[in-house]
Amino acid sequence: MATEDQQGAPSVVDRYYTRWYKTDLKSKPCEDHCVLQHSNRICIITLAESHPILQNGRQIKSINYQISANCSRLQNKVSGKSKRGGQFLTELAPLCRITCMDGEEYTVFSCIRGRLLEVNEDILTNPSLLQEKPSTEGYIAVVLPKFEESKSVTQGLLTQTEYEDILSKRRSTTPEPCS
Amino acid sequence: MHLLKEKDRPVVRVLLNAGCCPRCVLRFCCVGLQSTYRQSYKDLMKELTDFARVGECKKSNAETEEENDPPCKKIKLEETEDFIPESDKNGTVTNSTQECLTLQKDEPKTCVVCLGVLQHFCDKDFAKQMSRVVESANYQFSSLVVSVSLPAQLSVREHATWLLVKQEVGQQGFSSGKDDVIQVKEAYKWIIHPLISEELGVPVDGKSPFEVSVAFTHSETDGDCHFLASVCSNCFKPAKNKQSVFTRMAVIKALEKIKEEDFRKQFSCPPNSPETKCEVQDIQCLHSPLYVAGRYNKYSRTLPQTPWVIDGERKMESSVEELISEHLLAVSRAGGLNFSSSGREDVDVRTLGNGRPFAIELLNPHRATFTKEEIKNLQQTINKSSDKIKVRDLQIVTREAMVHMKEGEEGKTKCYNALIWTEKAIQTSDIEFINNIKEFKIDQKTPLRVLHRRPLAVRPRVIHTMRAEFLDEHHFRLYLKTQAGTYIKEFVHGDFGRTKPNLCNLMSTVTDILELDVESVDVDWPPAIED
Repeated sequence: MATEDQQGAPSVVDRYYTRWYKTDLKSKPCEDHCVLQHSNRICIITLAESHPILQNGRQIKSINYQISANCSRLQNKVSGKSKRGGQFLTELAPLCRITCMDGEEYTVFSCIRGRLLEVNEDILTNPSLLQEKPSTEGYIAVVLPKFEESKSVTQGLLTQTEYEDILSKRRSTTPEPCS
Repeated sequence: MHLLKEKDRPVVRVLLNAGCCPRCVLRFCCVGLQSTYRQSYKDLMKELTDFARVGECKKSNAETEEENDPPCKKIKLEETEDFIPESDKNGTVTNSTQECLTLQKDEPKTCVVCLGVLQHFCDKDFAKQMSRVVESANYQFSSLVVSVSLPAQLSVREHATWLLVKQEVGQQGFSSGKDDVIQVKEAYKWIIHPLISEELGVPVDGKSPFEVSVAFTHSETDGDCHFLASVCSNCFKPAKNKQSVFTRMAVIKALEKIKEEDFRKQFSCPPNSPETKCEVQDIQCLHSPLYVAGRYNKYSRTLPQTPWVIDGERKMESSVEELISEHLLAVSRAGGLNFSSSGREDVDVRTLGNGRPFAIELLNPHRATFTKEEIKNLQQTINKSSDKIKVRDLQIVTREAMVHMKEGEEGKTKCYNALIWTEKAIQTSDIEFINNIKEFKIDQKTPLRVLHRRPLAVRPRVIHTMRAEFLDEHHFRLYLKTQAGTYIKEFVHGDFGRTKPNLCNLMSTVTDILELDVESVDVDWPPAIED
């Protein structure tokens, strides 16, 4: 995984964010997420490189933020400095459902506790963004953890090194990569 | 007493009998001549008792006859009895006035209304005491004004006494209203101002920036106000930073609301006599703020504008604010300061050109007058003390002038110079189109790096002009002139696509910002100073 651009100097993400990972969400193999945590405690939820959707050949048919009959992440509205009104999320709260051309459906989860600030509407009109730039313009959502929980919010997550360990273990145990 | 009229006589009697000091009596008679109050306590007492006594001898005879006379005569007698104070039911008028006079001769009983403020704390001795405090505080001042803070219960006692006066002369139609009564504070200042002015050798000026405040307390009667809470509970709401719920304002409000009958049920008219007199809680000096403005340059990429402290821990050494204000604080001997500027830059951004306007409010300065020469020297001292910043156009300004500061934040343009990195390899021709872009509109969602403390919103901004200078395959310099409030870094790297359109879109490649300088802040305030 490239953590630095060709420039040799750290990118925006490298400079200001710490990468945290959650793998095999809901025991589904390889459905890995990456949480980018800014030094100001704001978290960006993205798909990790190893996620099936980001593998070669997959084509996204649609992305849906309506996660239940009563709840659409698109209706999320925050106001004021304290971001009142944002939907509160727990680790396994679904953010959106992604359907691929081959019929496979994937759910993207929050991975952390906090207030939902915004979801990325650009990927609705341009789903390829998600695959081309999963760590930047193709982000899924922005979440603000509670102030008291800023440090503890990543306790259940893996560090970069731990994630890479899991990846190498996968490569050695299974003959085929996750698809 | 030539200022008092016949109609004042019953008021004077009632008040003296009630236990009011002479100056309070004068207040309720609406005497507005300041010099009257400055007369000595003894003189005033004598004049008032003499005034009150006129016409009393006749009345005492009438009273002794009262019991033996048939009812038809009583009507006539009752008329004369109007001059007898209501509170006096046992003795005759002459006796009680005599009583008052005797008491005041030995040692004045504490006044039931002003609780001694207008008796003991407005003489030369007290002025001397105040002066000593002022001198030891070591302020520079050419005029002064005194302010007084009185315990809230004085309003209650004042109100009770007013009701008493109103009742006494009610039948004759008291021409003056409550507003014509001279306030304790006013009378106090009339007396103390000339005294303290003489002690300190400076004139008194209502607009003086130097204030000497005297605070009085009277713990014995603090409970006087409490009954008001049960009658008008919604006047007394506990506030965070106030010790007692019975603030002066709250008490005054409640007194305005309460009905006379209800008041009289709970509080005696006239008020009861206190055992002790007021105490001076403290005498404090306060000078109004000094405003110093200028423009600053920042040459360091590791210097925050304001002190950077998180959870009591200093995250980065020093700051623009501290480097500039350190010397100002010392020379003005101020207690604290407020630093404000026309916008600000990040730690890693330099401020070049004419610099950014700033203003510092120095709080409670012990010294607030400086010559132009002294300010010039101050500027030099600041500039010599650090190579990370530079100050120009340093000058003293008024509070009104501070408004210009924020004007610059919203309405003015700023010029920048950024070092850009491109992911794809570029040639000179690839960046030429940038020079032709004019009035480029962008929408910026609140940048993620400030989103924790700013509301989420979309800000439309305009980039007025741009110019690109080729450096090498992956680098070029970008000069921009933008609307105030534009986030330059986010325009360059796109902030996860949340600033649209951005430089990455324009260049069709990933672009990042390596360095940023502010070239100019286009505000023409503060006025330039010739060197």
